[in-house]
Amino acid sequence: MSTIEERRLVLPGDLVVEGEGYELGANVYRDGVKIYSQVIGLASIVDNKVSVTALKGVYIPKRGDIVVGIVREVGITRWLIDINSPYQGVLPAVDVIGRKFSTDKIDLKDYLKVGDVIVARVVSFDRTTDAILTVDGKGLGRVDNGRLEYITPTKIPRLIGKKGSMINLIKKESGCNITIGKNGVILIEGPSRELEELVAELVKKIDREAHVPGLTDRVAEILRSSMKGGQV
Amino acid sequence: MSEFTRRDGRKPDELRPIKMKVGVLDKADGSAYVEQGGTKVLVAVYGPREVHPRHLGLPESAIVRCRYHMAPFSTKERKSPTPTRREIELSKVIKEALASTIMLDLYPRTTIDIFVEVLQADGGTRCAGITAASLALAHAGIPMIDLVSACAVGKWNGRIIVDLTGEEDEECEADMPVALMPSLERVTLIQLNGRLTPDEFLEAFNLAVKACKYIGELQKATLRSYYEKIKEEVLYEQ
Repeated sequence: MSTIEERRLVLPGDLVVEGEGYELGANVYRDGVKIYSQVIGLASIVDNKVSVTALKGVYIPKRGDIVVGIVREVGITRWLIDINSPYQGVLPAVDVIGRKFSTDKIDLKDYLKVGDVIVARVVSFDRTTDAILTVDGKGLGRVDNGRLEYITPTKIPRLIGKKGSMINLIKKESGCNITIGKNGVILIEGPSRELEELVAELVKKIDREAHVPGLTDRVAEILRSSMKGGQV
Repeated sequence: MSEFTRRDGRKPDELRPIKMKVGVLDKADGSAYVEQGGTKVLVAVYGPREVHPRHLGLPESAIVRCRYHMAPFSTKERKSPTPTRREIELSKVIKEALASTIMLDLYPRTTIDIFVEVLQADGGTRCAGITAASLALAHAGIPMIDLVSACAVGKWNGRIIVDLTGEEDEECEADMPVALMPSLERVTLIQLNGRLTPDEFLEAFNLAVKACKYIGELQKATLRSYYEKIKEEVLYEQ
């Protein structure tokens, strides 16, 4: 069986491929020898693995993912974090304070308030518990500068590009520091508000046009023309 | 055989003109609008999202909640906006017709909320609601084994007819809404009001299957064109 990557648009219930020996990838299901799509997306078969890249979807936490979240509630021993997902994030206080503490002497509001933005890593998540987060690590913790932009979580691979081609291009040309939360929240920190705005527009464009070929070229073109246009 | 005509001049197996659109609401995760003759339905879908109140959530699967509602201006006489017994029942019926296609076990402890709003009622509102809700679910990116297409059939003046208008619905001897997964050919809803002989039932059922498959093709074309339109726009700009 050959390896084909056709990137065909399929809908729920559409037959992707029929035959034996295929492996099931993301967003497909099998009924006998027939493999169908579960979602609207682009179908591909690589090394006999059939999968559909969804064009829309929610973020499901995965261990090790870097996410950008917003503090939603301050508790006595933990913060609840909105991670743009059906499941909420929990950040234990020990993680930030780093030692044993007594809850009547320490007020968590002094560390993180409602509305604060944090970059965190998912430590654990399963079907029965909420996502446990940590801010212990390089580049993690509270964020004080920059702006947020949202993208459909399923389109993050497109924003990164092959071997980071897309994101590196944007970072290099705009000079902005970009943190991609796997949950579809993008943190953009740049030298000026205009540049941050430009990157945010590009993120929106990638979200909208992820299924149209030639996207990297179009993004490069916009970056080139707006950087030359003296926006800096 | 004498020429049989319906009040609006359609043939027995002729559907009313259908219009469909997805992505009509910005704030919902998925949305769709369906017009079938004088019946106009708008659907918004949210989810999967956190369940409120929390105790309603299930540990092993997502839940589906559905509200079918007729706007006060959807009928000739003002309809009170309070949900009637009929609307509460239809909410349940629509929910069950859709839930069997959704892969609920992928999202435990969450909810998928479906809001079906009938803007104008002229027969077949539950079917148009199911058709539109299925489009909205697909647009929201919710994993499903197939779309759902629905259409009513019935018996009017002794003949089996498809896609009854509100007027035909009032006068008919029997009325049978059917919902079907168009690709897999599985029935998710069948109801029957009135009486049909076994032969009539088969004739009506086959007609409904034909109609649902036709509506299924329209649904697929609508979803495809939503993404292809973006593609065309982008390529045109270049």
